[in-house]
Amino acid sequence: MREIRIHGRGGQGSVTAAELLAESAFEDGLQAQAFPAFGVERRGAPVKAFARLSEEKIRRRSQIYTPNYVIIQDPTLLGTVDVTEGIQDDGLMIVNTSEDKESVDIETQADLITIDATEIALDILGKPIMNTALLGAFSGATGEVSLEAMQRRVQKRFPGKIGEKNAEVMKKAKKVVEE
Amino acid sequence: MSNQEEVMEGSHAVAHAIKGADPEVIAAYPITPQTHIVEKLSQFVADGELDSEYVKVESEFSAMSSCVGSSATGARTYTATSSQGLLLMNEVLYNASGLRLPIVMGVANRALGAPINIWNDHSDSIGVRDAGWIQLYAETNQEALDMSIQAYEIAENQDVMLPTMVCMDGYILTHTYEPVSIPEREEIQDFLSPYEPEHKLDPENPETFGTVGFPRDYTEFRYQQFDAMDNATDVIKQVFDEYSDKFGREQRGLIEEYRTEDADIVLISLGSIMGVVKETVDSLREEGKKIGAIKVRAFRPSPAQELIEAIKGSDVIAVLDKNVSIGKKGALFTELKDELYSSDVNPLAKNFIVGLGGRDVPEDSVKKIAKKAEKAKEHGRVKKEIEFIDLKEVYDND
Repeated sequence: MREIRIHGRGGQGSVTAAELLAESAFEDGLQAQAFPAFGVERRGAPVKAFARLSEEKIRRRSQIYTPNYVIIQDPTLLGTVDVTEGIQDDGLMIVNTSEDKESVDIETQADLITIDATEIALDILGKPIMNTALLGAFSGATGEVSLEAMQRRVQKRFPGKIGEKNAEVMKKAKKVVEE
Repeated sequence: MSNQEEVMEGSHAVAHAIKGADPEVIAAYPITPQTHIVEKLSQFVADGELDSEYVKVESEFSAMSSCVGSSATGARTYTATSSQGLLLMNEVLYNASGLRLPIVMGVANRALGAPINIWNDHSDSIGVRDAGWIQLYAETNQEALDMSIQAYEIAENQDVMLPTMVCMDGYILTHTYEPVSIPEREEIQDFLSPYEPEHKLDPENPETFGTVGFPRDYTEFRYQQFDAMDNATDVIKQVFDEYSDKFGREQRGLIEEYRTEDADIVLISLGSIMGVVKETVDSLREEGKKIGAIKVRAFRPSPAQELIEAIKGSDVIAVLDKNVSIGKKGALFTELKDELYSSDVNPLAKNFIVGLGGRDVPEDSVKKIAKKAEKAKEHGRVKKEIEFIDLKEVYDND
């Protein structure tokens, strides 16, 4: 089983990202689960969302303490939230930032990649909603979930132009990570 | 038959199931973490996908009162609530059962204040256990949606005619996305018998509901309710079986045994906690421990007789309660122990209070419980019958 934690701020679509991740993984034939950090969310406040992926049926419903993957949507969280908490040594952290990975303020044994997801989102969507870009990056960096499944799910959830553009964002982010 | 699974939020899965059951009236008031259920249902009604009268009320008291009114006219009725909302309904809950109205209610289990807390435990539904409602508890979202359909077939059975709560853990199930298979509307309609009550409010054929029960008759009313709850035991088993056969599930019986065959230690609980309990059983089995688990699906009617049968031969039972009666113990534990007194099954019994107000119960906590049960077995006695698990150190006098 692989466990994923997404850090963001209220309004950045962390929960939606976790849900899309679970939906896409399920389309790819995996078992999947997604849930928010059960709290009192406010726009702008730090939030967390979680997902589990597995070949087997997922019975576990406790919180996630030792994630394999951590996605950080907002670099301003780095000083305030312990984003590395419990990350496995052979895990991977994906950070949305314009900085390169050497200058990011994270100390971890886990692998680390950075991507300017906000720029991709601004470029294609015209809005700094970067959750789908990070999903594309996750697909590219981990291969856990296919880009095609993610694109189908985002277009199902946001029919029409918005879904199409988000599918494009995902593709672009995947490409950036793979280069 | 469609057995297509899709990933969906637990609340929405239940709303889809209820849509298929086609209630004529839904009266509900929003409360966290239940809100998504009735929000989705109200959307179905607004979009014309569900032909129900959706009654917007100003409180849970009114919600349940409207449900009593609509159900008395012979209309299939649904509502859902949580926590303080369920408490506000309390007076009307007794009326719904006393009037023998087969209302189905989703309960997204949430703790009670004070201190105010929106997270999960079972204090709310356990707190109204004596109101005369059937209580089913779901481990998964699949079970929650299936039970929401089964509940009508159970409640509306002429030998039962009791209102039914389908309890699902707030947030842990309601807000979790996972794969579920939702039967088509036609399949649900085909499964459910039409609701045709023997008595109903009908201007063409006037009858009185809710008269005074004088001392001469009151006891018989209660006896009949008691008897009906007793009948519910067999009806539930039958409905679970029929449903499992029709829809390819394995949800049978008031309880579900997990690796209990040769178990010395048996962990017993209800609701979503059973997932991690089963996983813990698996890891302890790998270490060679003879341990098993039992999930309780129905708390009312009492599952005690089935439980006793299932724990025969075990040395220690550990009952995990997400509720506590202040001054006594957890509800499942007290009730099971009560039945053991007059049986020839006599294991050591320990009660563990877990997961109050949303405190997480990870595998480590369940292992701790198993270890304490093991210790009781070694010593051949129970030193402390009730223990709060994962108490902050300052209180833990272990």
